[in-house]
Amino acid sequence: MNALEIKNLNVSIEGQSILKDFSLTIPKGEVHALMGPNGTGKSTLAKVMAGHEDYQVESGTVTLDGENILGEEPDVIAHAGLFLAFQYPLEIPGVSIANFIRAARAARLPNGETINAVEYYKELYEKMDALKMDRKFTARSLNDGFSGGEKKRCEILQMSMLDPAYCVMDETDSGLDIDALKTVSEGVNLMRGPERGFLVITHYQRLLDYIVPDVVHVMFDGRIVHSGPAELAHELEAKGYDWVKESFATTA
Amino acid sequence: MSNTEVQDDAINVDTEKGNFSYPEDYAYDAGVGLSEDTIRYISDVKKEDQWVREFRQRALEIFHKKDMPTNWATKDLENIHFDKIRYYLSKGQQPSRTWDEVPDDVKETFERLGIPEQERKFLAGVEAQFDSEAAYSHMKEELEKEGVIFVGSSEGLEKYPEIFRPYFGKVIPSTDNKFAALNSATFSGGSFIYVPKGVKLKQPLQAYFRINAENFGQFERTLIIADEDSEITYMEGCTAPKFETATLHSAVVELVALKNAKIQYITVQNWSSNVFNLVTKRGMADEGAEVKWIDCNIGSRLTMKYPGVVLKGRGARGEVLSIALANDGQHQDTGAKMIHLADDTTSNIISKSISIGEGRSTYRGQVHMPKHLKNCKNNTECDALLINTHSRTDTYPAITTRGQNNTVQHEASVSKVSAEQIFYMMQRGLSEGEAMSLAVNGFVHELLKAFPMEYSVELKRLIDMEMEGSVG
Ligand SMILES: Nc1ncnc2c1ncn2[C@@H]1O[C@H](COP(=O)(O)OP(=O)(O)OP(=O)(O)O)[C@@H](O)[C@H]1O
Ligand SMILES: [Mg+2]
Repeated sequence: MNALEIKNLNVSIEGQSILKDFSLTIPKGEVHALMGPNGTGKSTLAKVMAGHEDYQVESGTVTLDGENILGEEPDVIAHAGLFLAFQYPLEIPGVSIANFIRAARAARLPNGETINAVEYYKELYEKMDALKMDRKFTARSLNDGFSGGEKKRCEILQMSMLDPAYCVMDETDSGLDIDALKTVSEGVNLMRGPERGFLVITHYQRLLDYIVPDVVHVMFDGRIVHSGPAELAHELEAKGYDWVKESFATTA
Repeated sequence: MSNTEVQDDAINVDTEKGNFSYPEDYAYDAGVGLSEDTIRYISDVKKEDQWVREFRQRALEIFHKKDMPTNWATKDLENIHFDKIRYYLSKGQQPSRTWDEVPDDVKETFERLGIPEQERKFLAGVEAQFDSEAAYSHMKEELEKEGVIFVGSSEGLEKYPEIFRPYFGKVIPSTDNKFAALNSATFSGGSFIYVPKGVKLKQPLQAYFRINAENFGQFERTLIIADEDSEITYMEGCTAPKFETATLHSAVVELVALKNAKIQYITVQNWSSNVFNLVTKRGMADEGAEVKWIDCNIGSRLTMKYPGVVLKGRGARGEVLSIALANDGQHQDTGAKMIHLADDTTSNIISKSISIGEGRSTYRGQVHMPKHLKNCKNNTECDALLINTHSRTDTYPAITTRGQNNTVQHEASVSKVSAEQIFYMMQRGLSEGEAMSLAVNGFVHELLKAFPMEYSVELKRLIDMEMEGSVG
């Protein structure tokens, strides 16, 4: 199946269970939003899928287009087509953005092939222009001393340069000012298409006004408790999570 | 040579460039162990003058008298067994002037290491040492015409005593330390260079030191004299195969920069992981002169090396830029010494060390600036990078005396490559080795910009190889 499929995923960390029988399917071509209170396990889900080794997977499966990725090394998962825009991007001193993305691209090439530097920079500059990033940024060390918003923009730049089949965006909107939110959303919308699936993790409905999702999921205590159309985000914004908790308590 | 072919297949030349050896076949062999007879044998083979013989004998006495510096340095030094080492091995002590004349196995060794190719591309001259003696030595003709001398230590002392003898053993006396004494007693090979007044070499001269035999000790001796207003860049590289037993490399390098001269000395140390690399390096800078050490230690089991500059003349400048990479089972104990002896002298030390796995790096710095001097400056930056929790770094910074008219700046930092950083980079598709390599290259990036291009490219390649190999 052409989808990112998570089935009955149970994950714990240091003996504490975080994801509880979590299931979600994102077909290619769709954008799914994931919302839910702090500490519910959204970032855990993102990192487990990306192959972070700190988490214990107790049971369940995660597949990309039918291929298992659970238990694989992070680089293998990346090559399989999963990209994670981090909630807290890491700083890599001394490594320029241009060199980093170039290395990440080179790692995807078959042995012996090299990157055409002229074409590479042309594409990089185009994408930076689209995200309204100053071209001077290419020479700066990756995320080193970047403002919160600059880091998030840089995540989306990497995402668009690496052309993944599935994009997981963990709170990309937090830290972005109103104008930046618009620009970054436009960048993401340009990437939308039948060949790509998105999981957009956010707390705020405002992002979903720009990146309009096909489905909105509400997560609570390690699993999805409610799913609905884009309008669900408005409802959440208006009512908060309490009503979810209440309805969840009755279904539990 | 069928033996060689088998080895070619068995060894991945790209990732373990130096790890191969050829069957031993030596015309001269001083045997195992160190005694007055060993020293005499070396002198006889080299047909040395009486004063050189006496110099060696005195040094041997000093060597025996001095204790191992284990009171401040690592106890691993006790694992050097001086009585099991072979002190002199050579196929003949005259170097060939063309590669064609070099014995096949030796020539193949250096071809596999890429030396003739580098010579054609960007070097003004090359000396290639195989165990105790240079197998090849050649310098561009125009430099010879300008009066540049580029010979081995024996030839230098024999043919040009009036030039070399006044400085030989003066910048680093035999009494300096136990290993300088050992080298002074047993030295063989190395480069003696004289650059005449006003001559500025546009391309570097290079020496390549190769250990081929097991249980062998290599004790080359280098002396570079840059006469007034002259300039020279010298590069040295080294490798050895991975033997079962430990090998000793103990060199002495003396640099003399006369008035307004400039010497830049570059080292890429890539010994295999069982070599004890105990080297004494010091330069003397006269008025307005500059001595710059670029020192990179990637290989060896234990390296102890603290390149220094004696700033003897007014306005002299000294610099040490160093990178040390300590992987599992390695200890890089490196640093710098700056001895200010005149007004208006400046020194700069930038040291970057990387410890990986169980690797250990130590920085020892010494800046000496007597109170009576005026307008002297030192800047020391000393940064350590740790990759994973077992690695270790120690810093023993500058012991400084300074007066009110002088400035000393010292900055030190320790940073870590976190598992989260590696995860982040791997999420972008880089392998663990590539991720670590990028982090390390990022850490040395600023410093590499100060290095000559060919050299930084080579260094980057070595770091990549080392990091790829360190992923368990
Ligand atoms: N490495 C860790 N060690 C211990 N606990 C952890 C670790 N990582 C996550 N947790 C815990 O797991 C739970 C889920 O955290 P997670 O970061 O997935 O939440 P989240 O839904 O992304 O929250 P937020 O909206 O605040 O970003 C939290 O209680 C958190 O403290
Ligand atoms: Mg989170």
